[in-house]
Amino acid sequence: MSPDDQSPVTRGAKFLGVLVALRAAARAVGRRGHEPPPPARESDIDPSQRTLPANPRTETLVGVLLLVAAVFAFAFTVIYIVSSGDTQLLGIAMGGALCLLAVACIVAGKFVVPQETHVEERGQLLDEEQTEEVVEMIAEGGQGISRRALLVGAGGVAGVAVVTAAATPLASLGPTLGPLHRTPWAAGVGLVDDQGRLYLASDIHIGTFYTALPEDKDPESFGAGILVVRLPADFIALPAARRDWAPNGILAYSKICPHAGCAISLYRYPTYAPTSQVPAFTCPCHYSTFLPGEGGRLVFGPAGRALPQLPLMIDGDGHLRAAAGFHEDIGPSWWGVHRAQS
Amino acid sequence: MKRLVMRWLTRRSRVPAVLRLSLAVVLAAASIVGLSAPTSLGQTGNTNPNGGAATEFNPPTKSPEAPAPGDPTKSFPDSPGLRALGYTLYQGSCASCHGIALQGIPGVAPSLRGVGPGPVDFYLSTGRMPLDAPRNQPLRNPPLFNRIKINALIAYISAFGGPRAPTAVPANGDLAYGFHEFTLNCAGCHQIVARGGITVNAQAPDLEQANPQEIAEAVRMGPYLMPHFDAKQIDQHALDSIVRYVLWTRRPVNAGGWGIYNIGPIPEGIVAWFIGLAALVIVARLIGERMDERT
Amino acid sequence: MNLIDRYVHRRFLRASRAAEQRVGLAAGIRWALRYVFPDHWSFLLGEIALYSFLVLVGTGIFLTLYYIPSDSQVIYHGSYPLLQGEQMSEAYRSVLDLSLSVPTGLLFRQVHHWAANVFIASIVLHLARIFFTGAYRKPRDLNYFIGLTMLMLAILEGFAGYSLADDLLSGMGLAIAYSVAMSIPFVGGQLASLVWGGPFPGNSSFWPRLEIVHVLLIPAALAVLITLHLAMIMRQHHSQFPGPGRRERNVVGTPLWPAYALRSIGLLFAVAGVLFLLGGLVQINPIWQWGPFHPYLSENGAQPDWYIGWLIGALRLMPNWELVIAGRTVISNPFWGGAAFPLFVFAVMFFWPALERRVTGDVRRHDLLERPRDRPIRTAVGAGFLSWVVIVFAVGSTDRIFYRLGVSYTTQIHVWRVGIWVLPIVVFFVTRSACRSLQRSGSHPLREWQGNVVRRSADGAVEVLSDSPDRVVPPITEPPVGTVPGREFES
Repeated sequence: MSPDDQSPVTRGAKFLGVLVALRAAARAVGRRGHEPPPPARESDIDPSQRTLPANPRTETLVGVLLLVAAVFAFAFTVIYIVSSGDTQLLGIAMGGALCLLAVACIVAGKFVVPQETHVEERGQLLDEEQTEEVVEMIAEGGQGISRRALLVGAGGVAGVAVVTAAATPLASLGPTLGPLHRTPWAAGVGLVDDQGRLYLASDIHIGTFYTALPEDKDPESFGAGILVVRLPADFIALPAARRDWAPNGILAYSKICPHAGCAISLYRYPTYAPTSQVPAFTCPCHYSTFLPGEGGRLVFGPAGRALPQLPLMIDGDGHLRAAAGFHEDIGPSWWGVHRAQS
Repeated sequence: MKRLVMRWLTRRSRVPAVLRLSLAVVLAAASIVGLSAPTSLGQTGNTNPNGGAATEFNPPTKSPEAPAPGDPTKSFPDSPGLRALGYTLYQGSCASCHGIALQGIPGVAPSLRGVGPGPVDFYLSTGRMPLDAPRNQPLRNPPLFNRIKINALIAYISAFGGPRAPTAVPANGDLAYGFHEFTLNCAGCHQIVARGGITVNAQAPDLEQANPQEIAEAVRMGPYLMPHFDAKQIDQHALDSIVRYVLWTRRPVNAGGWGIYNIGPIPEGIVAWFIGLAALVIVARLIGERMDERT
Repeated sequence: MNLIDRYVHRRFLRASRAAEQRVGLAAGIRWALRYVFPDHWSFLLGEIALYSFLVLVGTGIFLTLYYIPSDSQVIYHGSYPLLQGEQMSEAYRSVLDLSLSVPTGLLFRQVHHWAANVFIASIVLHLARIFFTGAYRKPRDLNYFIGLTMLMLAILEGFAGYSLADDLLSGMGLAIAYSVAMSIPFVGGQLASLVWGGPFPGNSSFWPRLEIVHVLLIPAALAVLITLHLAMIMRQHHSQFPGPGRRERNVVGTPLWPAYALRSIGLLFAVAGVLFLLGGLVQINPIWQWGPFHPYLSENGAQPDWYIGWLIGALRLMPNWELVIAGRTVISNPFWGGAAFPLFVFAVMFFWPALERRVTGDVRRHDLLERPRDRPIRTAVGAGFLSWVVIVFAVGSTDRIFYRLGVSYTTQIHVWRVGIWVLPIVVFFVTRSACRSLQRSGSHPLREWQGNVVRRSADGAVEVLSDSPDRVVPPITEPPVGTVPGREFES
């Protein structure tokens, strides 16, 4: 069901059909069984009782438990001072104290204090008289008023207006959407490693991948990270419009997955292609897999579009630089995302 | 047998028959799935009876990277006797896939000419080769050959040329630098504390058993689908540091107590439900009544 | 009574009188002391959640004294050798220092995190008990909605909490949350920009805002909702299972003082004790091992905490569908798994009481619970729906299953894309059949088989009666509570 293979009309018609079918099914289910089920089973026995355990041995046990709990709790303070915070010992001390207290309370609650089964009546929740009186009282507050419709209508308008006004300051909280389309990459920006050294095109080898950041720009920006690989000519099949984006077979792609924004950090490059797989990037979050040799095309996984490619050039000193900015937005898709043209 | 099964299924029991039947179906499905899982255990070494054409040269898609001049390298013993032994072993265990003259066989295995000692040592010491079937992923196994035989094969195959084997000295590395480089280059496949991971249809192994020599060789050659890193991208100091970090991950700092394998929220969730909540449900059971206990 | 007893009694009486003259709550306290709690053990699951919440608040106060909500980049020069000289945010460094340099810092951090996991797990178990015993029926449907809201808030709260540390693992989760927010049709871009203060990773005000949400806004909301939740229970009295002496109109159980209070306090100590033992002995979220977050870094096998795991399963399972009309992305992919799926699950849970009223026609008030087997359809639908969610949750671990067992990842995904629809239907039929079988046999599913009552006639024929003697149903002599005769079927 990718956008290209069904027209919107067909898709819409199918969706409506499913909705109609579901509603019919729900109706059919709902039509059965309007007799209420039999009422719950009730009992006439009186279960009230009260027993005094009168168990001095258990009382002693509770006392001992409390004292041992006290030892553990004091130990907590001692361990804190002596070991300056060994987490395991502190946990055993405090946890042990609390667990012993728990046992003491539970044993006391079940075997030491009087055990009682008591019956209590539930209150009447629905009081018809009071409910009607309340409604009457509220209605009485409107006696003598003739232009009720005007007042209610005007009050409604005022209420909506005030709520809208109260919600308006929320707009101050957020910035504009322009920055969502921007990355630090533009024509001439150099590619550096995470220590700030420019990459030389001759250093980019086949069979490995490099993480690059824009020279002299904020590396924490969402669009900053890119992946750089070099592929032999027989693995490269770029669209015609992108032929000059990959000088010497060096390709650059956004490192941010267009599915859900994780950094793509898996790269597979076969030792022997005929018995294994072509070079590909994979995102570790949901395993979207992209082919660098084919313009970042998706071959597996949930990403909705291809991995954005950055056009590269090699400057006079042999350093790698961006030939232009990205031709589409990087990162996850949203209402205003600029998707690739080709 | 069938009678026993039918009696078990239809006997009167406190557990409804339908639940027992479902359990049986689930267990059967699980065992079918488990038994059919691919495994590389039990290498036989010789699966392809056809030797293949002796003249075609099938280069690998990527070759091992050489250490930089001045970087330490590992030397393996070499002698005519070892080479002769290597030749014999090669013809018996490797030629069926890699060709009689190390030229490789199209669609089966790459040529071994020019790989040098590093990959041979890596694949054989970790038992990844010989491989059961050409399309299997080479996985760590008990090695088929002992050290002498591995040296023999190294001596024989290295005679066909190739870069020297890299090596690493973890004591020269810096732990913090190694963590930094490992996070940037390796954690995407091998997980942040080297507990292993996957890349869609291949496993990136955990590194608990990897020794410094294996790690250095793997980094420079990139076994199977792993990328290879040359001395410009990961220089010797970075390599020493990465190896030092990987060794550290065998026993990471677990200041919080039991590390539960250091892979994060999956074991943590299991502990929360089956130790934490389970204990508290037991306490609740002890405090409260059960249905048929009431007066 | 000996001297000490008499002395204590006298002092206590004087103190009570003094308080009463000022506050005047004696009648209320008397009511509270005699308040009856039914004793079934499954009614304590909600209390486990409540006490976990108290532990969270207590440990959270400690943590908030150390945390610095700032993304200013600093260089680490602390005690942990692996991060020496590493660049990180101040937030991450503050959590690192708290964990590795402050005595009891790591203990309280881990107790807090374990408490969060156990808190949500106990809510889910409590929800299951509510559902499968029909406790959400009138008059408790309102309280049920409050509970569901608290579950949603608790999940958000937990996610916000572990994201505050700004480590690699939680940072990846925040990027995904950002993408899910962006994916909401039409307004996603604005919403995500509003929350993050711009594109991910957000501006410098994101971290103080996240902290305030986690430390003040959601806990305050939860505290109010918990109070409402408990107040509603007090007002309506707790529901109970049928049994000796139990009627729709009464509550049979243990009064608060002294036994129930002690047992409940014991449960509080048990919850705190288990959480402290876990916090000291089992490591959770060792952020020093993950390292600081940078948008250009990630690691394999990253997972969210378990209560978000159902979303990662859904996100991994979805095929790459995006709805694009005339160049505009109406629905982007993370919406299906990250927003539509959980909203649908919660919507079904919210609408369930009304749906059940519609289907069964039963609009009466209910205070007696039902055993799951007594309503096979409800139990089967619930089990099927739960299995659907649980399978999606389990799919989130298919990468680890591939790693451990060698079953291909792509195969698992393709199988489960079909399996998540097939298996719940199977679970439905199996559960319904099991319920009916348990009804017939009258046995407890796990304990002693109680057998059937049989009658043997004079000619030796054996007739099986389906009910045991103590399950004979007495006739109902009065209408259920809260209805007016003739208007029983109004909702």
